[in-house]
Amino acid sequence: MRSKKTVLIVAAGALAVCFAGSIFALDGATAARGGESTLEEVLYLPSGKALQRLSLGYSSLLADIYWTRAVQYFGSRVQRSTRYELLDPLLEITTDLDPHLIVAYQDGSIFLSQQPTWGAGEPDKAVALLEKGIRNNPEYWRLYFTLGFVHYVDRHDYKAAEQAFRKGSEVPGALPWMRVMAARMAEKGADLGTAVALWQGVYNNTNDKELKQTATMHLDSLRADADMNELDRRIQLYRQKTGALPARWSDLIRAGLLPGIPLDPTGVPYKLEANGQVNIQDPSKFKFLGEFRNK
Amino acid sequence: MHVIEIQGLSKDYPVGFWKKQLRPALKPLDLAVEQGETFGFLGPNGAGKTTTLKLLMGIIFPSSGSARILGKDFHDPEIKRRIGFLPEQPYFYDYLSAPELLDYYAQLSGVPQTGRKQRISEMLDRVGLGDVGNKQLRKFSKGMLQRVGIAQAIIHDPEVIFLDEPMSGLDPLGRHEIRELIQSLKDVGKTIFFSTHILSDAEALCDRVAVIHKGELRGVGVVNDLRSSAAGKTEVIWEGASALGSVSNYALEPHVTGDTVRATVSTELLDTMLERLRQQHARLISVTPLHGTLEQYFLSRTSDQEPVRV
Amino acid sequence: MNSRLSAITLNTFREAVRDRVLYNLIIFVLLLVASAPLFGQISIGLERLILVNVGLSSISVFGILIGIFIGIGLVSKEIEKKTLYTILSRPVRRWEFIVGKYFGLVLTLVVNAILMSVGFYVALLISEHKLTGADGHLLIAIYFAVLEFLMITAVTLLFSSFSTPIFSAIFAFALFVIGTFATDLRNFAAAAHGMTKWFATAAAYAVPNFASLNVIGQVAHDQPLGGSLIVMNTLYALLYSAAVTAGAVLIFERRNLK
Repeated sequence: MRSKKTVLIVAAGALAVCFAGSIFALDGATAARGGESTLEEVLYLPSGKALQRLSLGYSSLLADIYWTRAVQYFGSRVQRSTRYELLDPLLEITTDLDPHLIVAYQDGSIFLSQQPTWGAGEPDKAVALLEKGIRNNPEYWRLYFTLGFVHYVDRHDYKAAEQAFRKGSEVPGALPWMRVMAARMAEKGADLGTAVALWQGVYNNTNDKELKQTATMHLDSLRADADMNELDRRIQLYRQKTGALPARWSDLIRAGLLPGIPLDPTGVPYKLEANGQVNIQDPSKFKFLGEFRNK
Repeated sequence: MHVIEIQGLSKDYPVGFWKKQLRPALKPLDLAVEQGETFGFLGPNGAGKTTTLKLLMGIIFPSSGSARILGKDFHDPEIKRRIGFLPEQPYFYDYLSAPELLDYYAQLSGVPQTGRKQRISEMLDRVGLGDVGNKQLRKFSKGMLQRVGIAQAIIHDPEVIFLDEPMSGLDPLGRHEIRELIQSLKDVGKTIFFSTHILSDAEALCDRVAVIHKGELRGVGVVNDLRSSAAGKTEVIWEGASALGSVSNYALEPHVTGDTVRATVSTELLDTMLERLRQQHARLISVTPLHGTLEQYFLSRTSDQEPVRV
Repeated sequence: MNSRLSAITLNTFREAVRDRVLYNLIIFVLLLVASAPLFGQISIGLERLILVNVGLSSISVFGILIGIFIGIGLVSKEIEKKTLYTILSRPVRRWEFIVGKYFGLVLTLVVNAILMSVGFYVALLISEHKLTGADGHLLIAIYFAVLEFLMITAVTLLFSSFSTPIFSAIFAFALFVIGTFATDLRNFAAAAHGMTKWFATAAAYAVPNFASLNVIGQVAHDQPLGGSLIVMNTLYALLYSAAVTAGAVLIFERRNLK
């Protein structure tokens, strides 16, 4: 009986030590391989159609895995890297495997279209991806919204954007503001209010953490642009009234031109420079400032 | 010295979906087997014989109790060199030939390389399989497999041999051959512990028997005593319990059930007792001479009912 | 190695070799490798690549399948047919039985891998008319396949030590599939939070990481593989297999056999 107990103790010890050791060895192997294992796998199986045949009918499960890989690939690079060369193949494979995976078109196209380091800076590929999505899912009007968004924000092609919104608005069940968006595109082209509406739409359409954060930053910057345009106007009013530049915000408040200290969308007061220029305190929080700033 | 000493060995199996209830497969068992004895372990199917053997072989672990074999704890790997075991209805690696199988088992039992081959061919001759050559076991008949089974149990020349139902499933000729084999082991002084539900085999081979029923030891007896104790006796059953007093000098082991009495009597005193009973106006029901068999002992130990009402 | 251990190892090997199903699988693999040059004719210019991919994948996958197929019966068959009784009634420790079975199956799979590799190189020689240094490089992938066999044998043996063959097969095959996607599991763990992260990390280390041992893609393109990867993967496979086998011993030592 004692020999049995010894065996049990030795086996339990070996189990613990060997398992712990295997963790270190595996980490070592992963380090030795480098972080590009996904890259190799994608490059060596570049066709989603072939993969679909190899997946023995479990293609939608495999699509989920590839979509997860795409999100992780994007997440590991966003704001850090300008190289996103695998993003498009990953998205292609994902949508070949499961042509109805809406999120892959919706979020994936924005990953693709954003300028580095926020995305791959490939709006044309994003458009191609969205058009593929619309071909496969013509009833899903929100894809038209994203298509219009990419045309407008990243390609500055207002005519194409207008077409996208109009087609989307014709899909049964599309919300009425799609028609409003189409009209805006037609009459104004680039415009701060439109940009806000578009980014708000992106924010509402996605569940992706990175994407929501990007949309929030864009919205904050757009609102800050709008705020500062308005503050510029009031400073001009003050100058016309008093003939001097205000030294601080309280000068404007006393003059009845401001109800209180103006706060930016993150809740921090705007900065009033000595030369009458308005600025924000922390530029790192407003990466997209100035797009709609009146000069 | 007792070669096998079983002390309070028991085994419960959890039953039911939640495995909360325990069903005893073997109630605490005490047994001792002496050097050179052939010990029969008798009981109907499902009595706990195989459970006991599996406990002794370390295949399952006891719920309580322990055992000593050859003076050492029964889980001591050392004693396993000195014991042999034939399981019930054994199946062997059917892709092996008989010499390969015996060679494998001999290695496991630590038989040294030198002389192993010689020993294997001797062993095959001994169990009557000297001419099977390299035929795979899948082509063996049941009787041949049983002989291979005995050969593997004794290939390492053990001192104690455990056999579980060695004669079951064999035709009369096969049974006879196995019986001869066990007898030959007995003749060279091996201690043999074998379980069986075939009483004639036990009667022919055993020095002592234990009867087990429903996981419980019901009795241990010396076969010769059992035989002689019943020889020359007659069973008498009559109606009229009041007559028992006048024959109490003759009637042995009387059982009274209501007004019916069952007793045995020495055959030479039978006439006297029957005369007394007639005088007492007892109504005679049956008079049966006893043959003194293990069967009677067995039946008396395994019947759970009161003596039959006649 | 003591004589009991080697006897069990050799007997396990002998059983596998005399099992006809094993030959069927080997013939299947050889056919596949032999037909690989035909695939090459369909995709012009890719003969070698396709032959290497198909050949190496077959060696790995069929080795693993044979491992599962034999492994599930290693312990349970001996219990079911009661042959284990005649072993445990001898001076054989239970751990010796488990470890002997393990070595026996590994030996079988290694011999298989050697046979398949010979067939593979013959096919390569026929297709390419010569063997180059790059072809020697492929041996790393075969070596890693053998490391995979070490792990799948341990895992199957673990399940076989307490479960029925059917369930063992299901569990082992499921772990094989999950292990193939172990990298995704680790990426998922890295991206998750809270309890999910904890569980995913634990699962990522608990499953056999076959992804780490699959270098077929790299060697097929003759990409260099660092020596440290070979060392680390060897260590990983050995330690993981030892841990799982120790687990099998822990279970089997205490098990009441029917």
